[in-house]
Amino acid sequence: MSRAHAAAADGQAVDTQGMNYLTSLPRRVVTVWVPLTVFLIVLLFPFYWMAMTAFKPDGELLSRAANPFWIHSPTLAHVKHLLFDTSYPSWLWNTLLVSVVATFVSIVCSVLAAYAIERLRFRGSRYVGMAIFLAYLVPPSILFIPLAKMVTELHLFDTRLALILTYPTFLIPFCTWLLMGYFKSIPVELEECALIDGASRLQILMRIVLPLAVPGLISAGIFAFTLSWNEFIYALTFISSSEVKTVPVGVVTELVEGDIYHWGPLMAGALFGSLPVAILYSFFVEYYVSGLTGAVKE
Amino acid sequence: MAASTSRLLDSRNALGFAFMVPAGVLLLVFLSYPLGLGTWLGFTDAKIGRPGAWIGLENFEYLWGDSVTRLALFNTIFYTVVASIIKFGLGLWLALLLNKNLPFKSIVRAIVLLPFIVPTALSALAFWWIYDAQFSVISWALTRMGLIHQYIDFLGDPWNARFSTIAANVWRGVPFVAITLLAGLQTISPSYYEAASLDGATPWQQFRYVTLPLLTPIIAVVMTFSVLFTFTDFQLIYVLTRGGPLNATHLMATLSFQRAIPGGSLGEGAAIATAMVPFLLAAILVSYFGLQRRAWQQGGADK
Repeated sequence: MSRAHAAAADGQAVDTQGMNYLTSLPRRVVTVWVPLTVFLIVLLFPFYWMAMTAFKPDGELLSRAANPFWIHSPTLAHVKHLLFDTSYPSWLWNTLLVSVVATFVSIVCSVLAAYAIERLRFRGSRYVGMAIFLAYLVPPSILFIPLAKMVTELHLFDTRLALILTYPTFLIPFCTWLLMGYFKSIPVELEECALIDGASRLQILMRIVLPLAVPGLISAGIFAFTLSWNEFIYALTFISSSEVKTVPVGVVTELVEGDIYHWGPLMAGALFGSLPVAILYSFFVEYYVSGLTGAVKE
Repeated sequence: MAASTSRLLDSRNALGFAFMVPAGVLLLVFLSYPLGLGTWLGFTDAKIGRPGAWIGLENFEYLWGDSVTRLALFNTIFYTVVASIIKFGLGLWLALLLNKNLPFKSIVRAIVLLPFIVPTALSALAFWWIYDAQFSVISWALTRMGLIHQYIDFLGDPWNARFSTIAANVWRGVPFVAITLLAGLQTISPSYYEAASLDGATPWQQFRYVTLPLLTPIIAVVMTFSVLFTFTDFQLIYVLTRGGPLNATHLMATLSFQRAIPGGSLGEGAAIATAMVPFLLAAILVSYFGLQRRAWQQGGADK
């Protein structure tokens, strides 16, 4: 027994040293592909589970006998319930409206601010740049109480405007920081030439800098849009009427009623609330990743 | 317009100021002011619909003696430390796997980031269903495999609930850590590895003495963000447990919400939120400067 063991160990030792190239394929499968597959399955499973539940009839959902990983007789009942018996369509519309407007406002503010900090280099611009970065580190969970008080006093409670005005507080710092990096990479010489030719700073920004910074604008836009779409705590605190809610808040607060959970509509709501950002993201993955990594690397 | 240098500089300052106005106004009104207001509220007995009076440290004294707040503080630290360590380990592993020359690299990377981009509240709902006490798919699978005989009460038992919420947080956070560390790995020049392997370094030694030191600066930044997001987490707990069972999963953020909004005690909620700030600063200082200093000691660049 022990001799056999020793022999096996011996064989292994020889393999790893001398014939590395022969063992590399099965080894690669074990050390790379197996863990990677496990990672991907775990990361994707909740989405698979949302989709399965969304189209599964109640009978199958609440049975322990049937194989839960597959649907035997798919149904659209949950989707129909979501669309016609709840305010889901208006939640989708609210989320879209708030996200688009907040993103647009934030991008405009951020472009101007990033250009001023990075290129106009006004007195104190370094400190303003640092302040912007620090502003990005302020978490919404310590701001929502004072903001709730302000929103009420400004008579904005229960309006979409409350969200449109507060979302830029976390969007502007991020977008400005991201755009500063992009503006930095545009050669100053281009601007100097234009200045000599008599262009104004605004013209330079509009005609030279922005066209060159389009990838940065897309990154910032995608990021801002997904961050607003996913926002939860402000929307939960500042909104109380069903018609004004956003998708994440609406699904969590209105579809969970009583002690019996309606998993079908809940998961359908989660699925269709996730799909828009997932689809948008899939078109712009490269921009999104460069935004994410660029912002961290700066 | 730009006739003389001094006028150019003047206009730079004036124009710079003008360009900063929109962002500056929004941030000062809706970020700086509420930050100050929140701190001030923490020292008052404000209720919803009633402006509070200054009561000094009374809120903090009360909260210090409040067992629920102490539990929430413990939970927050436990949640942050455990989740951050697991996220770092798994994230680094996944980044190293993705850094191998794989086919379909960009598709795999796109899939990996998916949990990070969908709304947390909605993916948390999926976890709520996966953790259901009666119909959990995990319990179903484990029972079929004969590993357990009774369905697991994922969210009903204090320690189960703590680990279940940590697992959901890790699921959402690993992609962020992995993708940003992958970007860091890709900046490491292959020539270092060639040099190391010529010197006879084993793969482990290459990782330990080449990859890790060069990756430390970006690890510092990524983990600082990760700690920050985890410490102030709200959505996941709100959706999965609302702080229960027996306040076992209440974090500072969820407790602050519960006291301030449904409970109506704005002052008390604001005091809890304010109490997070020193911990937050400490967490940032430890993870940022702690790792940064190590990079510097090992001769890394000071970026």
